[in-house]
Amino acid sequence: MRRLTLLFALVTASVWAQAPAKPQASTTQAAHAPDDTCTQCHSAMEGAIQQPALLIKDDVHTTAGLSCANCHGGDATAVEPDVSMSKAKGFIGKPKRADIPALCGKCHSDPGYMRRYRPQQRVDQLELYKTSIHGKKLASGDMNAATCVDCHSVHNIRAVKDANSPTHPLNIPATCGKCHSDAAKMKQYGIPTNQVDEYHTSVHWNAISKKGDLSAPNCVSCHGNHGAKPPDVESVSAVCGSCHVLFAQLYEKSVHQPIFGGGNGKGGCTVCHSNHAIHQPSTAMLTGDKAVCTPCHEAGTPGGNAAAEFAKGLNGLDAALKTSEATLKQAEYYGMEVSASQLEWNDGHESLIKARLALHSFDTAKVKKEVDIGLAIAARTKAAAEDALREKDQRRKGLALSALFIAITVAAIALVIRRLERTA
Amino acid sequence: MASNDCEGKCPDCPNGGTHENEGRRTILSWIAGGGALASVATFLYPVLKFINPPAVTEAAVNEASGGKVGDLKANSGKIIKFGNKPALLVKVAEGEFKAFSAVCTHLNCTVQYRDTTRQIWCACHNGTYDMSGRVVGGPPPAPLEEYTVNLRGDEVVITKKA
Amino acid sequence: MTTREWLEDRLGLAAIREVAGHKTVPVHSATHWYYFGGITLFLFGVQMMTGILLLFYYRPTVAEGFESVKFIMTRVEFGWLIRSIHSWSANLMIFMAFVHMFSVVFTHAYRPPRELTWASGIALLALLLVFGFSGYLLPWNQIAYFATKVGTDVAASTPLIGPTLGRLLRGGEDVGAATLTRFFALHVMVLPLATVGLVFLHVLLVQKNGMSTPPKLDPKTVRSMPFFPNFFLRELMVWYGALAVLGALAAIFPWELGEKADPFSSAPVGIRPEWYFLAEFYTLKLIPGHVGPIEGELLGLLGFALLGAGWALLPVWGVTKSGQARTRLTTGAGIFLIVYLAVFSVLGYYK
Repeated sequence: MRRLTLLFALVTASVWAQAPAKPQASTTQAAHAPDDTCTQCHSAMEGAIQQPALLIKDDVHTTAGLSCANCHGGDATAVEPDVSMSKAKGFIGKPKRADIPALCGKCHSDPGYMRRYRPQQRVDQLELYKTSIHGKKLASGDMNAATCVDCHSVHNIRAVKDANSPTHPLNIPATCGKCHSDAAKMKQYGIPTNQVDEYHTSVHWNAISKKGDLSAPNCVSCHGNHGAKPPDVESVSAVCGSCHVLFAQLYEKSVHQPIFGGGNGKGGCTVCHSNHAIHQPSTAMLTGDKAVCTPCHEAGTPGGNAAAEFAKGLNGLDAALKTSEATLKQAEYYGMEVSASQLEWNDGHESLIKARLALHSFDTAKVKKEVDIGLAIAARTKAAAEDALREKDQRRKGLALSALFIAITVAAIALVIRRLERTA
Repeated sequence: MASNDCEGKCPDCPNGGTHENEGRRTILSWIAGGGALASVATFLYPVLKFINPPAVTEAAVNEASGGKVGDLKANSGKIIKFGNKPALLVKVAEGEFKAFSAVCTHLNCTVQYRDTTRQIWCACHNGTYDMSGRVVGGPPPAPLEEYTVNLRGDEVVITKKA
Repeated sequence: MTTREWLEDRLGLAAIREVAGHKTVPVHSATHWYYFGGITLFLFGVQMMTGILLLFYYRPTVAEGFESVKFIMTRVEFGWLIRSIHSWSANLMIFMAFVHMFSVVFTHAYRPPRELTWASGIALLALLLVFGFSGYLLPWNQIAYFATKVGTDVAASTPLIGPTLGRLLRGGEDVGAATLTRFFALHVMVLPLATVGLVFLHVLLVQKNGMSTPPKLDPKTVRSMPFFPNFFLRELMVWYGALAVLGALAAIFPWELGEKADPFSSAPVGIRPEWYFLAEFYTLKLIPGHVGPIEGELLGLLGFALLGAGWALLPVWGVTKSGQARTRLTTGAGIFLIVYLAVFSVLGYYK
């Protein structure tokens, strides 16, 4: 009897309650699943239909106090399925793929609404999405194109900063790779599927995954996220230059800029550094088998000679600094005071880094200037270290004097003993 | 020791030592004694030098002097030697100092203070840090280590934070 | 009254001269072995002197230990010399103590009535080894830090008392600031006092019982020379020579400083203890993890303890009831020990 009354009360209440398309911001932050009739019934079910009710507790929207009905419509207070999931209550069931962006955008494109939850969050995701390749494909009826849920997951949507989120910097390459590494899926678009594999060999991924530098670029840093699209070839140096500022400045003024960038469509920075497989640059890029200069500048031509000169300068300075560093270390190891030279050595190392930077002007004079500064420092510090080591050896002089006196004394004692025992 | 009437034999010298012997022995003792003295002097010299306090009296590696308070203008910085690494001392305003490790966390270049932006800047790859050492731009992956600045009389002293 | 008479009245120097004048040293083919005890004593004196000098600047803290040694090496005039001599002399001293010990074995000088002289000598050797172990850590460099970690770990695996011993040695669960101050106290206070006391006893016993002669010789007919000045001057020559060698070693091969200990770094490759622990170190490495029901390391330690005790009791099992040395047995044991120590030290160094 009591149960019936309760049921009646619930049904009545549900009639009263307007299923709000946009709920009011709740004052309490629920960390657990919303305790409504949706999750009550669905968590008792089995199979795919149970999953959303289990996943929803991890959803960032749950934390904000939202529940199933906020996206799917219906009445989360009604016990009877006919009522809770009735069209009359605005129940939409599983949204069609084509409708998903708009469904999310209902809230996420409304600044007034978003302000109550995340005042700093942008509200232009839907607009950006419409400009993206994904958005355009979807609009043209290609249901393979990624929608919000393909990247953000569904029912357990997590904040980007959540390490378990598919949109966390550590997970983004895998998230993009879900489709872009799938040869079957990409076949119809005629685009390669090796981007993620290549990216995983890059310095950028190394910085994220090994060094834990989450600010290093992942896929979306260059391609955009909601407005995802390959950078236009003429904008490559601007994209790279957003972090590598000084390199971009030098490159923009260099002889290569008009050839690699602009209207020629060669891809700017990527001509030498590749796009996804961006590896630690080395002087092997300048000369030798793996040189990136040789396809255009054969050895012996002015360009080839310049490349050889760059390589010689950088390698020479690198080697000189390493020798100097090793000698300083050796001197320090023996307890010699070389800290001033070690301090100066840092400046030499800085010259090497600046010389590598100057290379992007493709001006031999500019590189030589830095290399020469560095070489002078390397020579000075090495000389200082050698002086210290020589001083260590110099100490033998004092020893010799002492040894001489000891020898005289020992010899005299020996004679004293001899005399003593001969007379005895 | 020498006696005038010993007739070739010296009563002081056991077993009939001669004067000639006696003379040699004296020379020998002199050499032995002199050698011993000289060698002891070569042992004592380093010891006395060792005891003498060295010019730099502190084995300070956790501390460096940043010069006099008045040496630096307000809104300017300078690089000082901190062990074998550079440190950056900045006089943010009159009477307000800040100090950081001057080793850029990106590729170990030496950073500098820029009075125009009131930020710390690395010339190598355009890394910028704010005046609490946090990265605000460019490639540095980590903030600069901040040091403690104290005034010892008129001297600015920088110490590593514990 | 001359100064000599004045002093004579007050100190009774004549009595001392009398004793010294009567002391003789037997002269035979093995006389030169008599010098090694004296060299060890002399090097101990060098250690006291240089150790005191190092105390002027050394600071036994984790923050300043390494830096203060570096300061001694770089800023203090002749600091490099004093520290290098201290390090070299320490190693030579332990080597000379070993030579002295084996010379006693091979000339069978442990025979009655010199059992206590032998036992006190073994105790002194043990003290010198602890000296070396504790002094090794004081510069707080990487190699010393990890060697100490390994060393105290071995001590901590001793049966029953192990965990307590480990904690006692380290002053906590791990090698750290507490270990450093502990080792410092041990190295500059406890051990020197104990060693000086034992050396006094050791020398007193030698004085009391006189110098031993090898069993083959008849002590009544063997030639002898006065201790003073004949033997003393010879010993003086040897000491002077040792000093020259020390100076040369210090100047030509200055003791390196290494890198400051970093407890959070992984152990550097090729970590090994001082040479006088190499044989034991390698033996422990060779013993399998488990021998029957007993843990391997434990077995090794047990073995070393038994071996050490047995060796200290040499005058008991190495001597017949009539007081004659069992020369074959003890010489054999001595040779076996030398071969074992030499071979295992070399293996321990290269493997």
